[in-house]
Amino acid sequence: MPFALLRYGLSKGHRPFRDIPATPDLKRSYDVVIIGGGGHGLAAAWYLSNQHGIRSVAVLEKGYLAGGNTARNTTTIRSNYLTSESIRFYREAVSLYESMSEDLGFNVMFSQRGQLTLAHSDATMRSFHLRAEMGKLAGARIEVVDAQTVRELCPHLHMDEGGLHEVLGGLWHADGGTARHDAVAWGYARGAAAKGVEIHQRTTVTAIRSTGDRVTEIETNRGTIRAGQVIQATGGLNGQVAELAGIRLPIRCFPLQAMVTQPLKPFLDILLSSANLHTYLVQSSRGEIVIGGGSDPYQLASTRSSFDQKVHLAQGALHLFPFLHNVKLLRQWAGITDMTPDYSPIMGASPLSNYWLDAGWGTWGFKATPVAGKYMAECVATGKVPDIIAPFALTRFDRFALLNEMGATAASH
Amino acid sequence: MTARLPAPWGTRIVRDTALTFSFDGTSHCGLAGDTVASALLAEGRWVLSRSFKYHRPRGPQSMAGLEANTLVQIGSEPNVRADRRPLTEGMAVRAQNTTHGADRDLGSVLDRFGRFMPVGFYYRSFFGPSRSSWLKFWEPLIRRSAGLGVVDTALGEGHYQRRNLQCDVLVVGAGPAGLAAARTAAAAGAEVVIVDSEPETGGALTYARNGSAALAQARSGLDGVTILTGATCNGWYTDNFLPVIQGDTLFRVRAAQVIVASGTQDQPLVFRNNDLPGIVSASAVQRMMRHYAIRPGSAAVVFAGTPHGIAAALDLHEAGVPVRAVLVPPEAVDLPTEPLAEAGLRVLKGARIQGAHGKRRLTALDVTTASGRETIACDLAVIDAGATPGYQLPLHAGAQLGFDDASQRFTLSNLPANMHLAGSVAGCFAPDAVIASGERAGAQAAVALGLAASLPDVPDDAQAHFHRTFPVSDPDPKGRDFVDVDEDLQVKDIVNAVADGYAELELVKRYSTVGMGPSQGRHSALQTARILARETGRTVGEIGITTARPPFGPEKLGVLAGPLRSQERRTPLNARHRAAGARMGPAGAWWRPMVYGDGPTAELAAQEVRMVREDVGMLDVSTLGKLAIRGPDAGAFLDRIYTMAHANQPVGRVRYCLMLNEMGSVIDDGVAWRMAPDHFYVTATTGAVDRVFSDMSWWNAQWRMQVDIQNVTAGFAAINVTGPHARAALEALAGDIDLGREAFPFLEGRSGTLGGCPVRIMRIGFTGELSFELHTPRSYAPHLWDLLEGAGVRPYGLEASRILRLEKGHIIIGQDTDALSTPDELGMQWAISRKKPFYLGKPAVDKRRAIGLARTLCRFELPESAFGEVGESCLVMADGKPVGHVTSVAVSPTVGKLIGLAHAGAEPGQGIAIRTRSGVEVQAPLVGHAFYDPQNARQEA
Repeated sequence: MPFALLRYGLSKGHRPFRDIPATPDLKRSYDVVIIGGGGHGLAAAWYLSNQHGIRSVAVLEKGYLAGGNTARNTTTIRSNYLTSESIRFYREAVSLYESMSEDLGFNVMFSQRGQLTLAHSDATMRSFHLRAEMGKLAGARIEVVDAQTVRELCPHLHMDEGGLHEVLGGLWHADGGTARHDAVAWGYARGAAAKGVEIHQRTTVTAIRSTGDRVTEIETNRGTIRAGQVIQATGGLNGQVAELAGIRLPIRCFPLQAMVTQPLKPFLDILLSSANLHTYLVQSSRGEIVIGGGSDPYQLASTRSSFDQKVHLAQGALHLFPFLHNVKLLRQWAGITDMTPDYSPIMGASPLSNYWLDAGWGTWGFKATPVAGKYMAECVATGKVPDIIAPFALTRFDRFALLNEMGATAASH
Repeated sequence: MTARLPAPWGTRIVRDTALTFSFDGTSHCGLAGDTVASALLAEGRWVLSRSFKYHRPRGPQSMAGLEANTLVQIGSEPNVRADRRPLTEGMAVRAQNTTHGADRDLGSVLDRFGRFMPVGFYYRSFFGPSRSSWLKFWEPLIRRSAGLGVVDTALGEGHYQRRNLQCDVLVVGAGPAGLAAARTAAAAGAEVVIVDSEPETGGALTYARNGSAALAQARSGLDGVTILTGATCNGWYTDNFLPVIQGDTLFRVRAAQVIVASGTQDQPLVFRNNDLPGIVSASAVQRMMRHYAIRPGSAAVVFAGTPHGIAAALDLHEAGVPVRAVLVPPEAVDLPTEPLAEAGLRVLKGARIQGAHGKRRLTALDVTTASGRETIACDLAVIDAGATPGYQLPLHAGAQLGFDDASQRFTLSNLPANMHLAGSVAGCFAPDAVIASGERAGAQAAVALGLAASLPDVPDDAQAHFHRTFPVSDPDPKGRDFVDVDEDLQVKDIVNAVADGYAELELVKRYSTVGMGPSQGRHSALQTARILARETGRTVGEIGITTARPPFGPEKLGVLAGPLRSQERRTPLNARHRAAGARMGPAGAWWRPMVYGDGPTAELAAQEVRMVREDVGMLDVSTLGKLAIRGPDAGAFLDRIYTMAHANQPVGRVRYCLMLNEMGSVIDDGVAWRMAPDHFYVTATTGAVDRVFSDMSWWNAQWRMQVDIQNVTAGFAAINVTGPHARAALEALAGDIDLGREAFPFLEGRSGTLGGCPVRIMRIGFTGELSFELHTPRSYAPHLWDLLEGAGVRPYGLEASRILRLEKGHIIIGQDTDALSTPDELGMQWAISRKKPFYLGKPAVDKRRAIGLARTLCRFELPESAFGEVGESCLVMADGKPVGHVTSVAVSPTVGKLIGLAHAGAEPGQGIAIRTRSGVEVQAPLVGHAFYDPQNARQEA
């Protein structure tokens, strides 16, 4: 690929790549309207246009492209979940990431460096054993490792021998990795736009009108459109948007804080997280250390920064790497996580026959981007909910057929 | 080495105190009071770093830490701002991200290949030829070349302080406006703290031309004001919570009112090679000369876009630096330039800078005027292209940023009611206007506090229109016209990002990385907005800047984390355990005895189990959560919180408590002893008590019942004395409580004294034996423990406790339960009141009961030999699929088998199939009752 750069460099002037077309005027009607121009919505648009031949698609984005949780997450990709249903689903996500740059012709910088989660207590070791057993059964690369292996996988880690947070072992997930979040969204947007999908930035849905069990019209700040089918994928705003359609979702919003240091030469190759310290670290390809893990302990639909979580994350990071104390923080930020009671997402059918939900992504949405897009597109294209996402139906809450991922998600990423 | 300017230049340096240090291995000499950068400048070293992408030589531009140019490694510390860090003796300073130091970096070859690195180039390349190419080849290459400083993995822990500070008024910025505000608010009776990141108060007066007279005035009348210098207010958080960092100390400041007098940040001018060392801002050159007596060059050109530039030119002239020309741009031709003419300086009106020449230092500027183009030889270019207000804190607080097209300046509006602006951040520039705006802000804060103060008017600022910023030209055909020096971004990079479709400011930032470097857009935000506005036909005001977020400046992780990184808790009996040879282990935040004595843990635990079963033992249970629930509604309150009935619970009775969440899942358990009609003493599990306490408080904030909730966990120690001889052992201690079976039956509580210690005793336990749980104020605990030992009671540890409870079939919440566990599937229907109209989780319990059980928690047993192969977290299988897992397992010394608890299907029948560690399934028979004493005869004895 550097040949392309060579060719570029030797040519005169900048020939624009035009990845994201300018926002066009809204048409009166589309076969499919996707509410939410984040990773999930754009991935769905890409699958609809590139795999199902459905090109009359409008993606409506309230702000700038992929500016919500796609822009704010800390880019962990993994499949070491607790339930068979989740492991199967996220395993497909990982494999779609493996071929994503190639599929999109756009470097999303998927870097499968492996993820190590640390245990500092017997209880955590128990939960790791369970996740490893479940993972092995499903054929995923997940194993419990001892303290010595932890030391080898992460050479500079403070093991706290004899201390309160002594590292007893870890959960090693060789499939785990990271990718450039913006590039994932842009890659899908670019590929979808090339097939005729319209991307409307700064377009806010203000009302959703339905007749009987069908959505008929979507009202926006730029005009009203008719829609054959609708996908809702609005991240932290899922609860609010669903209410416009008259659907109540079992979602509570919590701000999730993250931060990043100034760039440094590489010293941490793997993705490291600690379940007990509610902290995880990854060093980006720019050399910055991204630190995350803490949700504010109260419900709030705001992305304001909070100080206590920053302190908490700094303490966690320094517990793992005490020598980082004179490294400087560059920036902190927050996203709104839409948490469900069982820490699993809501996908598929809604009470309205042509309205499809992609919600409840809490702190685990980025890693599901390709697979959620793939199967949401399939819902719309075939009118049927594919088996792989059927367990994540909204109706599971009425049946209490919950998919418990507490302890395997959220803080421990 | 260049000679320093004579006094009075150099207000910060101590000329007779020399300090030696090194840069890239070369020894240098500086003076006390120098920063690292000023000492290097005095030694003639202008190249402090190499740029991020092209490895171009870079030197200080702002002398105020506004750009990444001055980042150096000092010893083990990466990314130190050399223009802010005071020099100390023996410092080893190194340039970062270079091959052979700042002056000889072979990476500079990259500067010639810029055309092959268009904006966003890494998205279009580096992902072939195979799928793993990025991971294995390209990413490591990029990671090695990216990154600035080096982490010293051998570095020990740091030492940091944390202090809390509350005040009526926090003034951020101790320039003339901030000082006037502080003076006015303090005079009205407010408690005032003023902070400034410079080492002294006075702000711009300390380096401005003719500032010294006003400086003395500004610093007067501050009695009673707390002044923190060298202290940076690094962010604004909700309710005026403001972290202030002074060295390695974090002040957590809570202020009723905040006055932001943060001044302005000089903006660079964009032209070809505008990043060359020797090109500096007007305030930077004034800081160099007045603070450090640096002779900044041998021939200077000054770009005077505002009155500051004129003053800087006169300063240079006065200091004896030849000023070859003063350039007044067309937008500013009405600037009063008479003083320049009087000083005999050459003034070029209507002039623009086209570009600069030089390799490691500026050698000449290309200048155009109406009369043509000329090249002026110089090694110093002073750029006064206006400034942006210090908008960061107001924007953190939700203020709105606007742009005034007439003055070409950012403006701030919509401030929160408890924040006020003063001085140049508010658009005041003339000295009397600055001071008046400070006085007005101080008075506004005082009035908001309910103090008497009159609000002075701010006079019209006749100079305000001179303070403006300047446009960006079209991309230079030869490039190297930098918008963002941190990230090596040129005008064309921003233009091309827009052309590639990234036409929103946030997308431009993310695609080009503009503003993402260490200076976080301080010097690039305005010009980026300008270019984007031009390219998209919008106004600068519509574009604005990307979301401003804390921290304002870099902050060390150590400063944030503070002195105490992990909060370890020890019970009052900790010393006794250690003296008794206990092996201590962590349990949440606590240290607890696991077993006592030397030898294999399993054997010691088995001995302790036998001791409890046959004789008597004691366990330190001080870590248990303890809550005092008091008030007329105490019983009714617990009725809502827990599943059993408490409103009708007799005084003296102890009742089990089970807490559910709204899903009907079990989240905690404990006991509640009604000590009086309006007083319950409630226990919660060690790890959950903080959450239980906050949940209770949260619910009562909604229910508003007459109840007071207190977490008294740390106030009481607790010792559980258990075993067939427990009563006899306690009766050996003098006390006033009748411990007889009839007088003090199972599940009752009594208070009184025992061995002279005030105690609360409950007849409860976790072992299945006759048990008395003694709670005593923590200061009495060691004495009570000693008395018990004297009576022949020996301690046992957590390992034995876990076996004892499992033998009796008691569950541990969190180990034998998960987020979905209902009381029904745990076989705890007995703990659910059927009569109560409401308790937390009841609607879900009813609904889930109607749906039916999805699984059950069951007891299984296996021969002892299965130990190791069958362990906790082994899967329970049915028809080749996992239906549950083993939650607890232990070898029972009492029943001589491996016993355990496991989640299994709804109707597991007689046995379950457990998948062992080696992957085979074994059949384990189920046990329908507690493994030990199913009739409960022993605990009720």
